[in-house]
Amino acid sequence: MELLEAISAKFNYWVYIVIMMIGLYAMISKNNLIKKLIGMSIFQTAIILFYVSIGVKEGATIPILYHEQVHPSHDSGHHEADTSHGAGEHGSDADLHAAGPLIEADDFANPLPHVLMLTAIVVGVSTLGVGLAITQKLYGEFGTIEEHEILDSIISGK
Amino acid sequence: MIWIFDLFTLIFLVITAIISLHVKDLLSAAMIFGVYSFLMCLLWAQMAAVDVAFTEAAVGAGVSAVFLIATVLRTSRRSSD
Repeated sequence: MELLEAISAKFNYWVYIVIMMIGLYAMISKNNLIKKLIGMSIFQTAIILFYVSIGVKEGATIPILYHEQVHPSHDSGHHEADTSHGAGEHGSDADLHAAGPLIEADDFANPLPHVLMLTAIVVGVSTLGVGLAITQKLYGEFGTIEEHEILDSIISGK
Repeated sequence: MIWIFDLFTLIFLVITAIISLHVKDLLSAAMIFGVYSFLMCLLWAQMAAVDVAFTEAAVGAGVSAVFLIATVLRTSRRSSD
């Protein structure tokens, strides 16, 4: 029962390990260069899956604030409190009440890993593009995209 | 957290990753890799990372699949493994 709990509670992390090992296996043991690059992309997405899973909270929503949450009752209360400046501490008390409900950090998912992984996605796609460009140049040079045939033609060419 | 959705998406993710590395036709492999990227995008939208989901849907499922298909059409379509 404890084992089942450990598997189901952290299922994202188990799947991340599995996908990462699938990508690593493809990068090492596949012979076709395009298959190797697909394996590299799978490896990268597995790491992004791990980082996004860190930022998940129970019962949290997307990290976007509505306008009413930041500026509560913007057009009615705020300007009145600003103009009646001579009211003293009564005015500041009304201002404190107009601030509305407090914004709790527990209500929102952690956006820091998301921002980091946004960069990682773009870097992954550019890496894939460079790899595919090199694959096309190798095909123009050797007429094949299988790794062992390229190695054979290099060795026999010497 | 919608854990049933999470579970099924993760299981399909592993299945599509294995299939896209197993098929011998490289065009099918590229298309199944696009399916994999789109499942990943669904998973991130469910994990409240909508900005990452947008980027993955545009860049991962769109541009990566186009790059792969263009390379497959310019080189050979069959793979030995």
